[in-house]
Formats: sequence, structure tokens, C-alpha cells
Amino acid sequence: MASPGSSARSHKGPPIRRTTPEDHESDWTGVRLHIVTGKGGTGKTTVAAALALALAAGGRRTLLAEVEGRQGIAQLFDVPPLPYEETRVAVAPGGGEVYALAVDPKAALMDYLELFYHLGRAGRMLERFGAVDFATTIAPGLRDVLLTGKIYEAVRRRETLPARRGELQIERPVYDAVVMDAPPTGRITRFLNVNEEVVGLAKVGPIRNQANSIMTLLRSKQTAVHLVSVLEEMPVQETTDAVGELSALGLPVGGVIVNMVREPFLTQAALESAIGGDIDRAEVLAGLSAAGLGRRSRATGNDTSPAALATALLEEAAEHGARVRMERDERKELIALNRPTYELPAVASGIDLGTLYGLAAELTKQGAA
Amino acid sequence: MSSALQPNLQKKLDIDALLDDPQTQILVCCGSGGVGKTTTAAALGLRAAERGRRVVVLTIDPARRLAQAMGLDTLDNTPRPVAGIDDAKGGRLDAMMLDMKRTFDEVIETHATPEKAAQLLANPFYQALSSSFAGTQEYMAMEKLGQLRAQAEGDPDGWDLVVVDTPPSRSALDFLDAPQRLGSFLDGRFIRILSTPARVGGRAYLKVMSAAVGTVTGLMTKILGAQVLRDVQTFVAALDTMFGGFRERADATYKLLQAPGTAFLVVAAPERDALREASYFVERLAAERMPLAGLVLNRVHSGPAEGLSAERALAAAEDLDDSGESALTAGLLRIHADRKRLSEREQGLASRFFQAHPSVRVTRVPAKPQDVHDLDGLRVIGGDLAGA
Repeated sequence: MASPGSSARSHKGPPIRRTTPEDHESDWTGVRLHIVTGKGGTGKTTVAAALALALAAGGRRTLLAEVEGRQGIAQLFDVPPLPYEETRVAVAPGGGEVYALAVDPKAALMDYLELFYHLGRAGRMLERFGAVDFATTIAPGLRDVLLTGKIYEAVRRRETLPARRGELQIERPVYDAVVMDAPPTGRITRFLNVNEEVVGLAKVGPIRNQANSIMTLLRSKQTAVHLVSVLEEMPVQETTDAVGELSALGLPVGGVIVNMVREPFLTQAALESAIGGDIDRAEVLAGLSAAGLGRRSRATGNDTSPAALATALLEEAAEHGARVRMERDERKELIALNRPTYELPAVASGIDLGTLYGLAAELTKQGAA
Repeated sequence: MSSALQPNLQKKLDIDALLDDPQTQILVCCGSGGVGKTTTAAALGLRAAERGRRVVVLTIDPARRLAQAMGLDTLDNTPRPVAGIDDAKGGRLDAMMLDMKRTFDEVIETHATPEKAAQLLANPFYQALSSSFAGTQEYMAMEKLGQLRAQAEGDPDGWDLVVVDTPPSRSALDFLDAPQRLGSFLDGRFIRILSTPARVGGRAYLKVMSAAVGTVTGLMTKILGAQVLRDVQTFVAALDTMFGGFRERADATYKLLQAPGTAFLVVAAPERDALREASYFVERLAAERMPLAGLVLNRVHSGPAEGLSAERALAAAEDLDDSGESALTAGLLRIHADRKRLSEREQGLASRFFQAHPSVRVTRVPAKPQDVHDLDGLRVIGGDLAGA
């Protein structure tokens, strides 16, 4: 299957910037590659996007890259599916820009061949003979070398601003930061440990060298692997496991982002009663009466008499209490990981561009960007 | 809202009828990552066993405590009986966790001469392929399913129902494609090119090959290095006698999935991404003529106080705040409003799915405040699945 545009690919990045980005202090100053992982369903794409927005503030430029062919970024920013081309998807407060890229392994392979071997027509011949399919789907580890290789290239790419009169020419990175929406926690170590995968296979040669360069960047202080979790048992367990696995491989563990945190609706005392299941029913009944709630609805036949409503609300409160108690335990486990921890609120209405800006502001406020 | 938008008009998926039907021999649970596929598969297996079926559950990557609940402390690629089930109706439950490398090794050992098998198992390319190729897990899950089914058919007292969980793939559809992809790779043109010199046993043969083929091998050597290519060639040469076998097995598994005894359950949480994947899956199954039993809508939020709208609850909470009365009641009303909003959003997402797929049957499982840790927890989920 030929992917559209897989031949005659133009390697287009963003135009040269005329402005100088502001300096930016955060917990991750010096980190240029932010890798965001998390268990499926924890909102890692949303968090990666919010982080890319936050890091772009103050006239900076970031690249948000996805590597799993899901087109999650396009859906999030409500733009058409991303081509294999760095595309501007949002502007950040203070004149920053967020570019996005869906890395496609086939296109990345062609780029790679072009870059190192100037193959041209011969590259297309490889495709015709199924060698490209082989390299991108079957050859173990090669696919991940290609995907991370593209990210590596974007992190290291530099632009030269032509000198104005009486000034020195400026050379600087094209992107101040690259944020990768990475595979989920269950697969992240294998994905990032490209070196190990390839070592067993290629003991010498260009692929091996490429894997080594990528590994050097991934293990450096320029990289941080952030983990997104929610306050539930399995995601927290996976986060804990991933921290252990990443550390064991010498990959730099970044922050823990606790996503979808619900606001406390009850006072501490009321919450304890809810957890204990001994909320004062009489007080609730009095409150409902004061608020004028609770009547029998003729239209629906629902029994919403004050007594029935109080029973229902108490039941909901008990479940809320059970949940809050579990969340406390899970939060303790995350804190015990001893990593910088950030919390993002649950958004009841669903995520749109507006809420992304809100989440980005929250990350900045807490020092994540 | 028109009646077409009412989600409760969607046809109900009768789980017990599906589990009790002796014609149901394979149940495949699929869906995107993090929607509760493994738990659903385990709960279905347990319920079927306690209703009298002889069940084996194949799990791929269960959470630790769920695995412990089922007595799966070791990953040994063999079904083990699950203790603590109610066998009054003559059923039983076995469970296993997939070990993809061992499954692949077993395929090789069964289909090659001992000498050739040893050669293959020691090949570096095979070792990398069998433990890390992105599609190996999917391929081996389907391979194991075929094995379990064959084992069941060969034994009159053996399993009469195989419940299978699918791997947490990049895309939920990967496990359908992986066997074919591996199959078409193994007898594809590229592998022929790679294997030609090794099979004929001489570089001289290259002379009669077309210039294009020579260029391709030359390029591959340049990019991968000569040693990798040599490993691949040795692997391909050793595997040569098994090519047909791989293709046949991939085809057989594919046919098994289309057979009348197979039923697919698409598992989704009422969230945008999960339902989008579910949608793709429903369409894909139809295109492949694979039998869809229905949708399991997992972790649905609903509340006992359905009659009170979020808006009214919030307005009342504000009134109470203003008058300084019962902060407790105000708090409870806010909890309710939050829940109600979530539930409305979920219903909106679900009804969009049902508008696109009006004939898909559905069962809903309410969200639980805690994860499942034991068989009792699985029984509760099983009851919810059956709408009991």
C-alpha cells in the first residue's frame, strides 16, 4: 500500500523567525525533548498538546509530534488530518507557535535515506520491492528507530538568522522544544530503548550508529519522559512500573501529571462523613426543603420527593466518598515516586481548543513549562 | 430531542443468551486500550462457567491484581484452572496469559525438523522478530486462539467456549491485520529476493538476477549492514519449508474468526476516542463479514437521582450558598450536578455512535468506584453485563 505523498516529499519546516523568544524559567529549563506517555485513557495526547502550548508561550516555537498514526492531534485541534509536514496548528499567548507533525514510518524512512544516502529514484525502487514495508513493519526495532529518528532530527535542526548590519549572525534551534505524544506506558520503554532492540540485530553499520545517536539524546539532560496518570489503581500502577523501568534503562524520568482531578465539593468534615457513610440525613432534608427541591413529577413519573431525593443524593455522596478515599491512596503512591507532580482538573464538558489553553496556563502556573 | 436520539431505544444485547447458546464457541473482546477489555473477558468467562459452560479465557496483558484474582501468578503459556468458581451447573473455568515468544517458539518446534528448529531459534533475526516485532503479539494471540480451539475440538470433555482478549494495539484493528501482514511478508517478493542468494548458495547466481534486484540487495546491505542481511537470509532460508505453513495458518485463523461459532464483542468506554475506535471496528467487522454480537459500553455513569437536572441542582446549591444554609446539601447537589453533566456528555457521545450504527446491540456496565480485585468483583461485572 503506497501512502499518499510517499514519493517526491518536500521536507518543509517552519519559516525562519525574526523575533527572539523570551527566556523561560520552569522545572524543566534545559529540556528540549518532552516525551509524554501514560496509560490509554488518561489523556496523554491532551496533556502533550497543553504542554506544547505552554512551552510555546512568550514567542517560543514548539513541535508537537505523534508517532502512532492515530491523528489524535488533528482531532484535538480540530484541523484536517495532518500531512507528513510540520504544520502550524495553534498560536500561543505572547506570539508563540505550535507546529504539529504526525510521524509516518515510511515517510521517515524515505527522509532518512535521502538525508544520508541521497537515493532519489533508487529509494522508490526499494518501495516497489517491498523493502520499505519490510523496514517499517517487520524488521524488529527499525520502525521505532525511524520514528524516534525523525524526532531526533527535529530536536537538533537549527536555523540561521541572517546577520543584520553591525550584528552577528544568529544560529539557533528551529524548535525551542519538541513534545512527543508517545506510545502508552505499557510500551514506552521498549519504544524508547531502540538501542537495545537494534544492538541484538545490527552490531555495526549506519542503522546502529543512528540508534546510538538517538539513545545519546534520549539519555541526556535535554530529554524528560513525563508520565500522565489519573487517580485510579491501574494507571497509577502502570506509572509506578514505568518509572522503575525507565530509570533502570537510564532514561530520564520527568514529571508526573495527574490528569482529570475532580474538585472537592464537600468540606473536609463532610467528606469524612461521606466516606464513613454517616451524613446527617435530617440536615440534607432541611437543606432540600430550604432550596425548594423535591416533588413528584407528573410528567415523568419519577419520584423526586424530598425523601427519595435525599436518599439518592446520599447514595451518590457515599460513592463520591469511596472514590475520594481511593484517590487519596493513589495520590500517595504517586507522591511517593518523588517526582515533580502537577495536577490538571477534570473538564466535564470535554476538551476543545479553549480548554487546552486553560490546561496550558495551569501547567505554566505549576512550573511544568 | 427526537426519539431516534434516545439511546434507550437501542436494541439490548442479551449476554446470557449469547453465553448459554452452545453454538457460541469463541468470544473475542476487542476495543481500544484502557476500556476494560481484559476485565470484560474475565467477567464473561466466569459468568459463562458458572452458567455451566466449560470455558478457557485467554488474556494478553492483565493488570496484576486481576491476574492474581484468577490465580494467574505465573506466565507459563498454559491454561490453569481458576479456583473458587461455582461449578454447581457443571461448568469450569481455565485461564492463561499469553507468552508471545514461547508461542512463536512452539510454532517453530511443531513445524520444523528438530535440527532446523534449533537453527531458527538461535538466529538473531528470529530472536528479535519473536520478541519485539510490532505485530508478533497480535499474530501469536490469534495463533494461540487457533490452538486452544483445536485442542477443545479434539477432546469431548474439553472446553466448549474460548473467550479471548485482544492485545492493547496501537490501533484496535491490528490483530486482524497482523497475521496476514506477517504471512504476506513471509512469502512476499522481498523475502524471495533476500533469500535467493542464500538458497542457491552462491554469489554467482546474482549475475542472472536483474539489475534492479541487485540494486535492492546492494542498498539493503549498505543501509542495514552486511551482517544483518546475512542473518535475515539465514532465517529466511531456514524458514523456507514453513512458508506455506504460515500462510495457511494465517488463512485458517482468519476463517475461524468468520465462522458461525465466533462472536465479537466490541468494548468501549463512553468517551470520544474509544467510541471512534469502536465505530471503526464495527465497520471493519462488517466489511470482513465477521459476526458482531454487540457493543459493551463500559464504565457508564448514571445516578440514582436521574430526575434532577444539573442546572436545577447547581441553581439550588447557589441559593443555599447565598442564604448561608446547609453547605452540606449544597455540596451534595454539586456532586450530583457534576455527575449528571458527565452522564449527559456520555449519553450524547453514545447516541452519536448509535445513530451511525442503529442495528448494533448494546449492554451497559455502570462505572465502579474501584477496580476489580477478586472473583466477586468479576461476578458483579458479569451481572451488569447481563443486565441482571
